[in-house]
Amino acid sequence: MSDWGINVIFQGQNFLRLLEGLGVSMRIAVVSVLISSVCGIFLGLLMTSRYVAVRSLCRSYLEAVRIVPLLVWLFVFYFELTKVLHLQLPAEFVADIVFSIWGTAEMGDLVRGAVTSLPAHQRESGLAVGLTRWQVYRYVILPQAVRRLLPSAINLVTRMIKTTSLVVLIGVVEVLKIGQQIIEVSILKVPTASFWVYAIIFFLYFIICWPISLWAKHLEKRWQ
Amino acid sequence: MDQSFIAASIPLYIKAAGLTLNLAFWGVLLSLFVGAVCAVIGYFRIPVLCRIMQVYIELSRNTPLLIQLFFLYYGFAKIGIKFEAYTCAIGGLAFLGGSYMAEALRAGIESVGKIQIESGLSIGLTRWQLMRYIVLPQALAVAVPAIAANVIFLLKETSVVSAIALADLMFVAKDLIGMYYRTSEALLLLVGAYLILLLPLSLFFRYLERRLRNVGLGN
Repeated sequence: MSDWGINVIFQGQNFLRLLEGLGVSMRIAVVSVLISSVCGIFLGLLMTSRYVAVRSLCRSYLEAVRIVPLLVWLFVFYFELTKVLHLQLPAEFVADIVFSIWGTAEMGDLVRGAVTSLPAHQRESGLAVGLTRWQVYRYVILPQAVRRLLPSAINLVTRMIKTTSLVVLIGVVEVLKIGQQIIEVSILKVPTASFWVYAIIFFLYFIICWPISLWAKHLEKRWQ
Repeated sequence: MDQSFIAASIPLYIKAAGLTLNLAFWGVLLSLFVGAVCAVIGYFRIPVLCRIMQVYIELSRNTPLLIQLFFLYYGFAKIGIKFEAYTCAIGGLAFLGGSYMAEALRAGIESVGKIQIESGLSIGLTRWQLMRYIVLPQALAVAVPAIAANVIFLLKETSVVSAIALADLMFVAKDLIGMYYRTSEALLLLVGAYLILLLPLSLFFRYLERRLRNVGLGN
């Protein structure tokens, strides 16, 4: 049956192994999305602070993270963190850290955008009717900001999932690496293996990200 | 830090930066072209092409560039369609960037009020004149911030092409680390090189955005 290249996917444990590899990427994505959501909301609120110093400090953090490609940060953290801490850190753990730092910055910017896009009179009216600052946030700003935030935050999640594909380049054994292993094992018997394996990985990423994108689009329309 | 090592490596980085810029330039140009084609298809609602475009946009936006490149470069080679790594990289960037540019241009065109188009038609402009003098100037100005963000995004995305053996900045850094174990120096130069490429561009785009604010008329 070796004339059908696609069979290579379903031989033995191959498909299961690919899914396992995908699981590694998804675990990194989930962990960093969770950390980024919490820290990002905090950062975003800090970015709306009254104090210029706080605002510009947060701003510098955001710009510093953004100005260089994420792959560069992965390399810098992978090699330098180990050196600075004198610790052998697993690549997966480094990926968690870098994606959380990046996700926090991006999420923070989205939160800031959502909060500041609300007209000022919302906050002022809240204060005028005697709500405390905390109550204004809790009952006036947050419910509205969340609706503006959620679609773009969900889009950020798909971006983070897509970007986790980079971790293979610092040596994490995830779906792409396992795909390469499968190709190497079967290259003599099935010359077209790499076509099918990369096609299936392409498709796997699509099948994960597409529904999430659709959901974001749906929310955007509903809350417009 | 070994300063003589840094000095000796700088020419390597300059050469690599040339390739990074070259890839980004053609990638951006082709993405703009793909985006413009998509925007036109969407604007005139051309029946079958509209469907194809939607499929393309969903595929392009929901898969990572790295996988697209691997598929293009290693996958297609095995079924007899071989591309040079350079062609693959530009093709991949255009495939990825096209959908982002399409979105930016679509938003720009949609921002031009219907009333302006109707007014233009009613004073006897042709569809071409309408596009040339009324829709495009405003649509482009509105789309500039998004296009600028995409340009920066694509320039940063080129860092992935080292995975298909193109000697860009990332590749040189990896090479130096692999050969000499000078990780700190190699990475410092890498960050520096990207800063030199990206910082002026991002400042220029910020200036451009400020200049183009309030360009929309009559909405």
